[in-house]
Amino acid sequence: MEHIVIIGNGISGVSAARHIRKNSDKQITIVSAETKYFFSRTALMYIYMGHMKFEHTQPYENWFWDKNNINLKEGYVSSINTDKKILNFKDSSTLSFDKLIIATGSKPNKFGWPGQDLDGVMGMYHKQDLEKLEKYAPNNEVCKRAVIVGGGLIGIELVEMLRSRKIPVTFLVREDSFWNGVLPAQESEMINKHIKEHHIDLRLSTNLKEIKSDENGKVKSIIIEETGEEIFCNVVGLTAGVTPNIDFLKDSGIETKKGVLVNHFLETNIKDIYAIGDCAEQHKAIGQRRNIEAVWYTGRMMGEVLAQTICGNKMAYNPGHWFNSAKFLDIEYQTYGWVFSERNKQENEAYFQWQHPKENICITISYDKITHKFLGINTFGIRMRHEIFDRWLTENKSIEHVLEYLKNANFDPEFYNLYEKDIVAKFNQENSTNIQVKKKSWKRIFSKA
Amino acid sequence: MKAIKYTGLVIFLIGLSIFTASIFTGNFSFTEQELDSFIQEKGYKSEIIKEELSKAIVTEENLNIFQFSERVRNAVETNNKHYNDLIEKYNKEKNWDKKGAQYQYRVDGKPHTISFQIAKKAGSGFVKENAGLMWFLTFGLGILGALLFMLPNLILLGKPGIKNDGIYHKSSTNRGWIAWVVLVYLVTFYLVLYFMADYVVNWTFILDPISKALNGGEASQWFVYGFLYCTIMVTMAVRMYIKYRHNKYQIIRTTSVLFFQIVFAFLIPEIMTSLNMPGYDFKNAFPLDYDFFFEWNLKTLTESGSIGLFILVWGIVLTLVIVPVMVYFFGKRWYCSWVCGCGGLAETLGDPYRQHSDKSLNAWKLERWLIHSVLIFSLLMTLVTLYCYFSGAQSFLGIKTQWIKDTYSFLIGAWFAGVIGTGFYPIFGNRVWCRFGCPLAAYLGMVQRFKSRFRITTNGAQCISCGNCSTYCEMGIDVRAYAQKGENIVRSSCVGCGVCSAVCPRGVLKLENGPEDGRINPTEILLGNDVDLMNLINKK
Repeated sequence: MEHIVIIGNGISGVSAARHIRKNSDKQITIVSAETKYFFSRTALMYIYMGHMKFEHTQPYENWFWDKNNINLKEGYVSSINTDKKILNFKDSSTLSFDKLIIATGSKPNKFGWPGQDLDGVMGMYHKQDLEKLEKYAPNNEVCKRAVIVGGGLIGIELVEMLRSRKIPVTFLVREDSFWNGVLPAQESEMINKHIKEHHIDLRLSTNLKEIKSDENGKVKSIIIEETGEEIFCNVVGLTAGVTPNIDFLKDSGIETKKGVLVNHFLETNIKDIYAIGDCAEQHKAIGQRRNIEAVWYTGRMMGEVLAQTICGNKMAYNPGHWFNSAKFLDIEYQTYGWVFSERNKQENEAYFQWQHPKENICITISYDKITHKFLGINTFGIRMRHEIFDRWLTENKSIEHVLEYLKNANFDPEFYNLYEKDIVAKFNQENSTNIQVKKKSWKRIFSKA
Repeated sequence: MKAIKYTGLVIFLIGLSIFTASIFTGNFSFTEQELDSFIQEKGYKSEIIKEELSKAIVTEENLNIFQFSERVRNAVETNNKHYNDLIEKYNKEKNWDKKGAQYQYRVDGKPHTISFQIAKKAGSGFVKENAGLMWFLTFGLGILGALLFMLPNLILLGKPGIKNDGIYHKSSTNRGWIAWVVLVYLVTFYLVLYFMADYVVNWTFILDPISKALNGGEASQWFVYGFLYCTIMVTMAVRMYIKYRHNKYQIIRTTSVLFFQIVFAFLIPEIMTSLNMPGYDFKNAFPLDYDFFFEWNLKTLTESGSIGLFILVWGIVLTLVIVPVMVYFFGKRWYCSWVCGCGGLAETLGDPYRQHSDKSLNAWKLERWLIHSVLIFSLLMTLVTLYCYFSGAQSFLGIKTQWIKDTYSFLIGAWFAGVIGTGFYPIFGNRVWCRFGCPLAAYLGMVQRFKSRFRITTNGAQCISCGNCSTYCEMGIDVRAYAQKGENIVRSSCVGCGVCSAVCPRGVLKLENGPEDGRINPTEILLGNDVDLMNLINKK
């Protein structure tokens, strides 16, 4: 029987394994050095915050793997012999495979800062990072202050985690406004304000120069590049993005750039070896997407697609409309389609924006200046229905259509205040149009495209 | 802020301590005349009981309730033993006339209940004489302390939003020693309330004035329970309001259960009683209201004229028509988390423990076996009871009506719904009864599963499998298992509390009443990939 070996038990690897099992009775082994059982990496923060325990982050009970005949091997792969199709492990054991899926994910970026490997410096990606954080920042007695470097999604999550234990945090962000490489200014500014409201010492346009050590090799302070200011702290979180975790592939003959290079079928240059998830890099970008997409959802989709290929139904990775979501402290964010920040705005792209006068609620809809085609939407503090926007994007609806039927797209809990009227009124006023908000219709919501 | 919080905690604990300690106070004794009038009132024919009670409780001694209770129970036991011996004796002699004559001298009823009835009249002391002051020192301090403890959260919890910070770091909410202490207290409370009510007769003295004002009579242990229930729900609802102040669904829902508990379960029955009508909770549907078809209830109702008849019809219509129709349109949530008193306590007092419900597959299996067994048991009991009521027989298919009623009341009514259902909140979560035991929930659940417009919709492929939804599901549903597949959640156990939707950091879940069409969508594809994967899988 064909033996499929998957390196990495994150969402990509596990999705692949599950779908291979659904479609075949091939022998499957998942290899991981991090944990024996699959857990949701995105939920690590909630363990530290005390919302959940580690076992709650595991989507499947421990018997699941045995029952579905998926072998789990704990071990660290040190190298791959692609000719003999053998994995070599750090403990010098080996494992042979017929087909190999590399799904090793990412590791936090380090940009060669002095002191970046001191005790008390960590990323927030692996389970081991969480254990480190628990050791160095169990409370605000042990950790008097923490400095987080990097203004992205993981950065703000780490800030939120530390604040949940009342640890003072300085948050260094390179950009002049939080995540404004991705978010339009309206949203970015709202998040800046929200971060400060949570008593977080947000430093914009600020870079890290070095991390200083005490006599025991532990973090003592950091120095800010621009001002030379020294900030004393016990923990430094490095969250300036992630890079594919592929060091072990160096001498394997598998072609890599930043990540493992793959074609649209997720195949590497070597037959029977594939790469999916964060560590895979497309030779050629798909649509407006990046070549490497370190996102939960894309990892899952790649796993599903590759499972088809491996089970004899060769299929290209062809992601649909872009979507993503996050939560910035108390503000929920969802995006469907493409809304580029002012910095990366496309030539034909125009915004329609609405913001609640008091609450942290706002939306940006981007559309084509000339054709009025709807391009994408960012929502903050309003939940929107994925399926509806997916359908509208597929059907190339106009922004007018989107606004007219916006009520169908609302996914907020029952009894929540609705703002469609205000939103459309603002659009009408700005564009001298007369769009009427259509009543919510179950038929439209649940009808198939 | 923290200082206020801890002051509140201390005040609350003082109130709780005084409340608990009050049962050890007071003197219990009768004068000869009081005893005579009690015996006359009760119509006891036996000389022995009179003699024994006289010896036991007509005394100058300062008896506390425990000594008093023991003496009364001994007196009853001595009396009954005497006549039981005689019955035995005449039985052997086959002297049927004499045997039959002895029964009237036995004192029937549970010993603790008889003791309660006497203690209620025989009690004196500080608590009874200072009911108002005692109310303030117990209920008053308890409420005040609890509010002082909870109100600072308005500021301490920070900006409105989901704030479950530290739940698994606290002894009280992570099955630590505090949780166990609370469990022991609650379990003891229920055991005493259900089986040894005379021990807490002092509590009824505290509430006598309120009871008299409401229904004209003195407070029973059930009045104490009802009043306490409402007090706890109101106070803990304040906590809910603060915690979920960003969430309108939770605010409205909490207000609704509060309203139905106070008005329907408490005030209306009390007022009806004061008007000489049968006290009835109009929202309490059979089979949760398991004694609705007991002969004593049917008798009371049929003897109370048009109002009794109305209640009888209402009760039947509620169960057979209103409940299923409402579930069809709104799911069982309209009852379980908007109306029901058990649900009300679970959502207020029990909310801090919701994360403890077991989500394992085994728990789900156990749940389905148990809850449906209870439903069958309750239906069987009603069948036997009704058969016996109309036919006048003592048993049906060999099942004695009294036996099955007693067994159900004891096992399900007292132990399951009360002692385990509420007592075990801190360890097993807040919906143990609703999930594993409630026969009405089983009935509602069947309608919800097979014929309802309610479902929890999942938002395409936005789920990150974080597990917040499953962790905070009080009914032990593995919500995530559905959400990560993009599948709507249609489960018979879902009470529609809406917390999964609230705690989801990605906005994936929404409670909806929509068309029945597409309610169950197990083959729905996940969005994001332009290939219909599920279709491919299903083709094979």
